Amino acid sequence: MLYYLIKRIGVAAITVVIAVSLLYGMIHAVPGDPLSIVLGPRATPEMKAALNERLGLDKPFVVQLGRFFINVIQGDLGTDVFSERPVSEIFFGQLPYTAGLVLLAIGWSGLLGIPLGCYSAVRRDTLIDKLTGVFSVGTITIPSFVVALYALLVFAVWLRWLPAIGAGKEGDLWDQFIHLILPSFAVGLGWVGYLARLVRASMLEVLGENHIRTARAFGLGERKIILTYALRIAVLPAVALLGVGIGNMLSGAVFAEIVFARPGVGKLIYDSVITRNYPVVMGSVIMTTIIFVFSTTVADLVSAWLDPRIRENL
Amino acid sequence: MTDTFEKPPEDISMLQTLINHLVRDRLALIGIVLVVIITGSAILAPLIIPHDPNKLNVRHRLKGPSSEHFLGTDQLGRDVFSRVIMGTRVALKVALISISVAGSIGLLLGMLAGFGVKWLDNSLIIFFDTIRSFPTIMFALTVVTLTGPSLNTVILVVIITSIPVYGRIVRTQTQAIVNNDFIMAEEAMGAGKIRIILVHILPNVIGPLLIIASMDIPVVVTIEAGLSFLGLGVRPPTASWGTILNDGYSFIRNTPWLVIAGGAPLILTTLGFTFLGEALRDVFDPKLRREV
Amino acid sequence: MVLCVKDLSVNFKTPRGLLKALRNINFDIDAQQIVGLVGESGCGKSTVINSILNLLAYNAIIEKGSIDLQGDNILEMSPQQIRATRGQRVSVIFQDPMTSLNPVLSIGRQMMDIQYRDKMSTTDKKNRIIRMLGRVGIADAENRLKSYPHHFSGGMRQRIAIAMAMMMKPALLIADEPTTALDATLQIQIIDLLKALQKEIQCSILFVSHDLGLVADFCDQVIVMYAGEIVESGTVRDIFHRASHPYTKRLLECDPARIKEKTRILPTIPGEIPDLVALGKDCIFVDRCPIKQNNCPLTLPPLEELAPGHFVKCHLSRVRRDG
Repeated sequence: MLYYLIKRIGVAAITVVIAVSLLYGMIHAVPGDPLSIVLGPRATPEMKAALNERLGLDKPFVVQLGRFFINVIQGDLGTDVFSERPVSEIFFGQLPYTAGLVLLAIGWSGLLGIPLGCYSAVRRDTLIDKLTGVFSVGTITIPSFVVALYALLVFAVWLRWLPAIGAGKEGDLWDQFIHLILPSFAVGLGWVGYLARLVRASMLEVLGENHIRTARAFGLGERKIILTYALRIAVLPAVALLGVGIGNMLSGAVFAEIVFARPGVGKLIYDSVITRNYPVVMGSVIMTTIIFVFSTTVADLVSAWLDPRIRENL
Repeated sequence: MTDTFEKPPEDISMLQTLINHLVRDRLALIGIVLVVIITGSAILAPLIIPHDPNKLNVRHRLKGPSSEHFLGTDQLGRDVFSRVIMGTRVALKVALISISVAGSIGLLLGMLAGFGVKWLDNSLIIFFDTIRSFPTIMFALTVVTLTGPSLNTVILVVIITSIPVYGRIVRTQTQAIVNNDFIMAEEAMGAGKIRIILVHILPNVIGPLLIIASMDIPVVVTIEAGLSFLGLGVRPPTASWGTILNDGYSFIRNTPWLVIAGGAPLILTTLGFTFLGEALRDVFDPKLRREV
Repeated sequence: MVLCVKDLSVNFKTPRGLLKALRNINFDIDAQQIVGLVGESGCGKSTVINSILNLLAYNAIIEKGSIDLQGDNILEMSPQQIRATRGQRVSVIFQDPMTSLNPVLSIGRQMMDIQYRDKMSTTDKKNRIIRMLGRVGIADAENRLKSYPHHFSGGMRQRIAIAMAMMMKPALLIADEPTTALDATLQIQIIDLLKALQKEIQCSILFVSHDLGLVADFCDQVIVMYAGEIVESGTVRDIFHRASHPYTKRLLECDPARIKEKTRILPTIPGEIPDLVALGKDCIFVDRCPIKQNNCPLTLPPLEELAPGHFVKCHLSRVRRDG
């Protein structure tokens, strides 16, 4: 298990390193003076000199990269050009909003998607199964921002059941929750379909295996067989893909935060893109990537740990 | 392995089997119809639009559907229906260009990697995992920050993020073929590597690649629409479904029709190509379900 | 009478048509009797087992027949009743020990779960498990309850499976090729274990196998199946020394263990099993029968009692007996 752990974390670390290098290196890949690119059109000569000093842009690329990495590890993701606040401060200030959104989306999509997939597998080829199938394909394919816009239109503008913008009053958890309903619905809907399909396929495979036949042959109750004997195994791939789901939803969160005018990492990145504020964009995307790689790694490890065959085999 | 069900879910009569087929085929049918409509609109666009999509008519702005303007007008008085039809061209153009380029490069790299060029194989895997570690939108946003928004940037980003996906699939398929004994036999008989690639590998990997590529169309269309919606893709006044949605969002309280009009073709296109792609895959290569 | 199968006919709905997997299966199993069921792959042995357990696939149709277990017709039981029967009055040991246990649950857990109908305390149930595991030869059973199946070798997993099956003291144990996946030394050990346990628990056993040597050693009665029908049945002596049906005879000839001289060419029965979808009205063995040219009418023969307890389904056996 230890070896597996180290290997997995190692792979994750290397991926992050390469990704960060790529992000950093892009400023040189684009035509133009790196200083102007990073600082944007509003740069003053003083700012340029300061940045030059910080990043050491006259030194060889590898040295630059090294210095940048050292900075990142120490938590310094750069400085916002305009407000001169550290990017890390800005990013982590916005992160809780996005985190809440993504977690709620995953929560409800799991709560709906897994049972749906399980039910479809057990009641295979019935009307419910077929409807779920079409529903799954539909929700996976339809872009999340279209869902967000339509949801906004129907529930906030027409019906006025739910608020259209913002994150709700500070400190008022219920209000904040209300404001999370539509965005998390939009972000999570695609994942419901994906999970339903995945769990269905996984369940069908497990239900066909010999040990399920044994359980039935010993007269175990159907519910016990499905939940304890089958689903426990079938759900593992879904756990492993949870990390990917988080990455997926981070992208969806960008749109959801814009459509519903919520604060968060997505909105932050978007605003920075519009204003060509590259340090913020770069810092935020680096952090997002780290979070993404981290969550896929953790998801992999958790799903490996849940399967005793893998847990002990390594 | 027989499934064992204590209580059969429903009595599966012959009729039910037929209906199963029809439902499955019905989706394919819907897919075909939608794809034909969308592609037809794209090709025939200039001929079928009732109005000039860029023609301003500010006095008639934000009107709902009428006999003259089937989907109403936007905030500058332009005919939404015409803009939607023209948007078909943008969507399919982006899809076609990026998928063909990425597919070709991916095909080449994948075959070489699968065939045994070790360093290429390793690089491809590293490249693939790295690109996959960014959510695609994030990557696109980063690039756009540096280069400024344009449709070409979108196409470039899509190509870069698609190559590893195609490459990987081609690589896996190639490896599967290369491991067959008959390849060794061919080599023993003196066939050059190029010949092997062209005659044996290429025909067998192109099929799955085409199927995966066709299933990628909705994804690419979505990315373009998403970026255009954010204002980072197509440049005005060009009509893209994303920009229509953007306009619709800004004026959502004035009229719902812009949002509806922008979203509907997106939904139809993504569903249409997906249904078709799934049907193709089920018919030609059900194994592909496991690939991604 | 522990098991009484009468006129059992089972079909399967397939895309090609109706597959007649079992036709007019008739056999009995008495108390404490060990009955062997032999036949090549695809002859319907698994379908018979699945029928007795009522675990047929969802495209199966039971056309007719009854399966009486201690007087109760399994085919007419409600789902609750059938669940009460499985693992209590009838239990199974399956062929592949590597896949027949749940991989993510400990063996203690699995053996505890099958006792859910018993109103004993948890401690009592646990002790029962430990006793049974010890009885089948799992050393240090108490400490191994938390172990998972993959901690055990194939032979040990099969022992665990036997422990599970025998723990509930069933009236009928079905052993579906329990030794096929094991190597020769293990086979003997498993058979000896089964023999000993059968005497202790006094159950009947339905022993499905294509290993004729094991069947001869272990069983009292033998049933020979071919392509969904019973072609011959009787005592071990009847079948192995007085085999009458041409298929049975060929089976015995082809058994590698019986071949006296060294040879490179193992005898086989030429031909293939018939298509069970497009079934004709002839004798089921007509395509491959080596003796049909002796004026056999080729029609479906009736099941005849050649000698007390020895049944055969062949026109020419009658002739031979009479003539």
